[in-house]
Amino acid sequence: MADVNRGNRPLSPHLTIYRPQLTSMTSIFVRLTGNALLVAALMIVWWFVAAASGPDAFATADGFLRSWFGDLVFFLSAWAVWYHMFGGIRHLIWDSGYMLDVEKSETAGLIMIIASVLMTIFTVIVL
Amino acid sequence: MSFLTDRKRANATGSAKSGTMHHWHMMISSVGLVVLLPLFIFSFGSALGGTYEEVVAYYTRPVPAAIAALTLIVGFMHFCGGVQTFIEDYTQGFTRKALIIAMTCLSYGAAGFGVLAILRLAL
Repeated sequence: MADVNRGNRPLSPHLTIYRPQLTSMTSIFVRLTGNALLVAALMIVWWFVAAASGPDAFATADGFLRSWFGDLVFFLSAWAVWYHMFGGIRHLIWDSGYMLDVEKSETAGLIMIIASVLMTIFTVIVL
Repeated sequence: MSFLTDRKRANATGSAKSGTMHHWHMMISSVGLVVLLPLFIFSFGSALGGTYEEVVAYYTRPVPAAIAALTLIVGFMHFCGGVQTFIEDYTQGFTRKALIIAMTCLSYGAAGFGVLAILRLAL
């Protein structure tokens, strides 16, 4: 009966009653990192617009991006972007029909965490 | 029926009729970003920290400018699709519509402003 309970349907996912697992937590963090990257993306857009506007506007934006707060956002975003990317690659693998069982999914989750941390360290060292 | 592919069979069967296409576009943009983002991280990262003159000179070069512009376009389109799913999962009714419209406008707006600025630096 499709019309029963219309308008009062459960929303997904029920985080409060869901036992945390590596697969669910890594998935939640993919969503979280993806959406949180908006902050860094808007800061970057501001920086480009300021650079195109002139030296004064650039000094303001550049000063903000290179302040301790900007450094913190970019450091966290560096991890977020690598993590989200490895999470996305895991989704592409899943969508191709591979690594779908729990054991392999958890291995992939572990690889995501380790690879994102290593790539963040690499990024910080290089830049 | 075996002539139909799995994707074709799933297409337009959900409540919105467009979920399969949405997912497919997220896949396309994600593959694009796997290539673009490492290039952008290290090119933008090396430009950040330079003086105004250095930054302007760096982004007059076509390759860093193209990487930055493409990353902003594909990135914000990917964000637009992703945040829509995010909003749809946790909100309903008017809030859902308002948030989706706001975030879509923000995505296109930010991408537009960013690309225009990069073009101005590059040309």
